[in-house]
Amino acid sequence: MNRPIQPTYTLDKVGEENFALNLGPQHPGTHGVLRVVLHMDGEYILQADPVLGYGHRMQEKIAENMTYPQALPYVCRMDYLGALSYNLAWVLAVEKLCQFEVPERAEAIRVIATELNRISSHLLWWGAFLLDLGGFTPFLQALTDREQILDLLEEITGSRLTYCYFRFGGLPSDVDEEWLTRVLAFIKEFRDRLPRYHDLVTGNVIFHHRSKDVGVILPFDAAGYGLSGPILRGSGIEFDVRKHEPYSGYDRYDFEVPVDQNGDCLGRYNVRMAEIEQSLRIIEQAIGSIPDGPVRSKVPKLIKAPAGEVAMAVETPRGQLVIYIVSDGSKKPYRVKYRVPSFANLSIFAKMARGQLLADALAILGSLDMVIPEVDR
Amino acid sequence: MMDCCYIKEVVKGFFSLCTGMRVTMGNVFTRPATIQWPRKAAPLPDRFRGHIMMLANDKTGFPKCIACTSCARNCPSRCITVTGKKPEGAKKKVADRFELDFTKCSLCGLCVEICPVGALDFSRDYAMASYTRNDFAAMDLLQGLGSPFKDA
Ligand code: SF4
Ligand code: SF4
Repeated sequence: MNRPIQPTYTLDKVGEENFALNLGPQHPGTHGVLRVVLHMDGEYILQADPVLGYGHRMQEKIAENMTYPQALPYVCRMDYLGALSYNLAWVLAVEKLCQFEVPERAEAIRVIATELNRISSHLLWWGAFLLDLGGFTPFLQALTDREQILDLLEEITGSRLTYCYFRFGGLPSDVDEEWLTRVLAFIKEFRDRLPRYHDLVTGNVIFHHRSKDVGVILPFDAAGYGLSGPILRGSGIEFDVRKHEPYSGYDRYDFEVPVDQNGDCLGRYNVRMAEIEQSLRIIEQAIGSIPDGPVRSKVPKLIKAPAGEVAMAVETPRGQLVIYIVSDGSKKPYRVKYRVPSFANLSIFAKMARGQLLADALAILGSLDMVIPEVDR
Repeated sequence: MMDCCYIKEVVKGFFSLCTGMRVTMGNVFTRPATIQWPRKAAPLPDRFRGHIMMLANDKTGFPKCIACTSCARNCPSRCITVTGKKPEGAKKKVADRFELDFTKCSLCGLCVEICPVGALDFSRDYAMASYTRNDFAAMDLLQGLGSPFKDA
């Protein structure tokens, strides 16, 4: 990829030198292997060029060369922090295409597992974001709690990060009562620990100075750039796929879509913290109303989807994921398209970073909650 | 006027720092959350997905695999090589070679699910390390199992 090395945009600052600074691909301040070429004027950023493609694995092409079940483990490896949402999206898309039934118990367990995954993703974001801002304690604090979620999920899915637990028509195995009680126990304990998070960070003045009015996204821009998830909601637009196009029985649960009007890093922070609490509420309701019954309906072993196309939107921890499948009636998809949230969310970074301090750009990048393999996919 | 605001900020900041420090200090007196591996190991859940392994037939001690190759065909990474022969007088084939290219395996578990006779399972072996990748490029899963072809 040929990119202009010369800055195409300059701020009028007299008597200071301009230079290019490579942020990444392995800088601790960038997440994953994102590389950003920053054209700097002293401490100020003239232009930021994210360089993508280091993690490109041709996910869409791979899926087109796989049968529907074979593509399942690949999909989960796009977003390693919210793998279950991806898992869910692929499964739901194929189920919609082939019109498979899903038992209610399986739907409830899917919701529980996905929401646990969402909390663990937000916790890691919380830690990493504050690590970007220079605080080390929060990171360990968040990982301690995240560890418990990983343990719970490992028990039902068998893996700790790239979960692949949902199958077409339901789940491969049921969860037992004891696991559900332990999830409830975790929620209770975690609720007790949440105030600590706010004590440690939310009320902290240094944190406020670093995040308030930094990286403001106006609602107009947020919609225009196709942002989604907590970033869109942090700019005051109330949109959540779980609420507006409910899937997997989300319409049965009572939860709110947290919104913040400020559009700055603090706003996005507040939205995610509120989302953790909403997720806890959803899990509680799902466990409270979980029906008995089978967890997998009858689906053919060899899946041949009828010819046609399907688009399925799912709310991942980072925003709206859309999986679009075109089928020609064979056992492999003809065309697959993933619309991933991080890619759209990263697109606004160049605009936001312009004219900012380097340290603020790191705060902005942290607040966007990128997962780079998902951007490149 | 300015000064008064400034002092207020400082006092407020000091208190917010104290709140944060209280959390940090509180953690000093809790038990560590880490486990000192390898002296102690975290408990493995039942559904732990390690690398796949071949199960033995209870009666004969031979591998359960009937060499139907559906695992090899269904593996997304195409990392299973399996061949089999019919032992003399038997109706079904028995695997005489079952190799797993663990460098490619994504531990997805599709092979375990698809096997018609339940011959595969996940091992509970996770402390695997080696200096060369060749150690994992062709893992012989039949090792340690009996074979009807050995003495032939
Ligand atoms: S676990 Fe998945 S990748 Fe590994 S051998 Fe089995 S089917 Fe192939
Ligand atoms: S699916 Fe089972 S029986 Fe068939 S080749 Fe694989 S291990 Fe052997």
